[in-house]
Amino acid sequence: MARILSYLDAIGEALAQEMRRDPAVVVFGEDNIGGTGTDGKLGNAWGPTKGLNEMFPDQIFDAPITEAAFVGAAVGAAATGLRPVADLLFVDFAGVCFDQILNQAAKLRYMVGGKASVPLVLRAMWGAGMRRGAQHSQALYPIFTHIPGLKVVVPSTPADAKGLMTTAIRDNDPVVFFEHKMLYFSRGVVPEESYEIPFGQARTVREGTDCTIVAIGRMVGEAEVAAEQLAMDGMSCEVIDPRTVSPLDTESIYASVRRTGRLVVVDESNPRCSVASDIASLVAQNTFDSLRGPVQMVTSPHAPTPFSPALEDAYAPNSGQIVSAVQRTVRSAVPA
Amino acid sequence: MTMNSLATALTPDGLIEIYRVMRTIREFEDRVHVEFTGRDIPGAVHLYAGQEAVAAGVCSVLSDDDYIASTHRGHGHAVAKGCDVTGMMLELYGKAGGLCGGKGGSMHIADFDRGMLGANGVAAGGVPLAAGAALSAKVRGTDQVSVAFVGDGGANQGAFAESLTLAAVWQLPVVFVVEDNGFAQATGTRFHLAGKRVALRGEAVGIPSQVVDGYDVFAVRDAAVEAVERARSGDGPTLLECKADRFYGHMEGWDQQAYRLTSEIDELRSARDCLVLFTERVLAEGSVTADELAGVDATVRARVAAAVEEARSAKDPDISELLTDVYVSY
Repeated sequence: MARILSYLDAIGEALAQEMRRDPAVVVFGEDNIGGTGTDGKLGNAWGPTKGLNEMFPDQIFDAPITEAAFVGAAVGAAATGLRPVADLLFVDFAGVCFDQILNQAAKLRYMVGGKASVPLVLRAMWGAGMRRGAQHSQALYPIFTHIPGLKVVVPSTPADAKGLMTTAIRDNDPVVFFEHKMLYFSRGVVPEESYEIPFGQARTVREGTDCTIVAIGRMVGEAEVAAEQLAMDGMSCEVIDPRTVSPLDTESIYASVRRTGRLVVVDESNPRCSVASDIASLVAQNTFDSLRGPVQMVTSPHAPTPFSPALEDAYAPNSGQIVSAVQRTVRSAVPA
Repeated sequence: MTMNSLATALTPDGLIEIYRVMRTIREFEDRVHVEFTGRDIPGAVHLYAGQEAVAAGVCSVLSDDDYIASTHRGHGHAVAKGCDVTGMMLELYGKAGGLCGGKGGSMHIADFDRGMLGANGVAAGGVPLAAGAALSAKVRGTDQVSVAFVGDGGANQGAFAESLTLAAVWQLPVVFVVEDNGFAQATGTRFHLAGKRVALRGEAVGIPSQVVDGYDVFAVRDAAVEAVERARSGDGPTLLECKADRFYGHMEGWDQQAYRLTSEIDELRSARDCLVLFTERVLAEGSVTADELAGVDATVRARVAAAVEEARSAKDPDISELLTDVYVSY
């Protein structure tokens, strides 16, 4: 049965269902129980693990502020029989434990010739919009996408967040799970029962014939708004949410571009060496014959995320910029 | 070291076994030194010779099911944990049939079937992994113990300090074994180590910590018996700081130890060789005979020589292996 749930509660529900299904699923991070020794009711800074301690006291732990140790411990635990979900809180904190992600989690299986696997999930909050400044707002998923061995998930809706978290926990490879903090309290229809959404399978958010818009994370919503506005001007846009950027569903993107002849990629991360530039290059390489206009990228500028509300509001891409990008590629289009 | 120590509980067979492990490491490393100089072995190799008593002493109290995570200088730990010498040699040569299929090499040598979670290319990189293996044992309710080997250089890394805290707070069944071999790469301990000794850092977070003579396999084993027992019985982590200088430089080829006096190395090899110290003691006690030890020497020498021969003539991995084992499924 489906009902309305927030993105945050959808993630919490996936964690609870997986912890119940498999005692090897353990959850830890700073304040994951929250105030251990006090009331134990916090459930991390935002509450997705609230109540899990009552249900699964042997499967959830608070960690000291020791990311290098507890993320590394997640790797060691995963390689020796557990399925840990380690909570990095803000993805920006990856900086202090990147060795454990980049050199240990991602490479262990390869370096031992396939004799070990690392079934861990690293939860990571990301994204601009909450006035948290440059060290709490980054969209770092391209860095992780670049590293072989890691899988990178960027859900945009509550239903996707739950299904993809379930898949992530059951997956036998290390998964970095990006949770956009501006989506945490967004609500949507979420099935109650447990379900998986396969990695590498994009979601067609909206069908269209004139231009393909590939949008990631919070940008999916902006792309939908843009597509709605463009429809009023008689332009039909297809909106595709890759859902996972590693693996990336290139076939769905190529197929769409072959139908529409145009591509706009919308990505909140900085533009250089990004998922947007990657998709733009892949499409140029593989569907060149289908293109009827120049590929457009709509991204944040190559700058850290500012604090000032006025500046931050101008930082992340918005529907207006997406509309302009679609118009640019349509205007400069060659005849079909 | 007294006659009443726990290590004296070793039977003659136990003594021979611990000697076999130390001799195998020494023979393996000396042979690799020669073969590397001939450029037959690719890449970077960091030799453990001189520190054998630490790996042998600690691992002699572990079972196959227990875990270790190792350092740059991982061959000795691998041998002591029971890894196959031929598989190791094939791995160093980067050949098919190596312990890691040729994908790991010297710096990443591992064998999960033996609880050897890997040498590590990052100083202290394996320490949190060992803590995680200990967490795994604790959650799964087994009595497995995990050992994190780390050098004096690695002990300066944040990952080491954080792991001490995490292990203490979570009361993990882990033993931190700091091997002070005198150098962090080429910088002497007295130039890089803040505070008198690493063991103080364990004490700072409430972990029982002890300085151990790393040339004396009996002293190491005694300390390890106590530490492993503490971990196995649920009483949490221990830190052992073992002092044992290395015979060779930081890295083969690159480091000729220009920063050390020849006399210093000679003195180390003659007066503080763990194998010599072991031999003198067991022969004086009459626990084993010189013939028995010589028998071990001959067997080990033949075994390592055969491993080198096999590695030299082994096939390279198939090029298709380049893309396997990146993911379980993708």
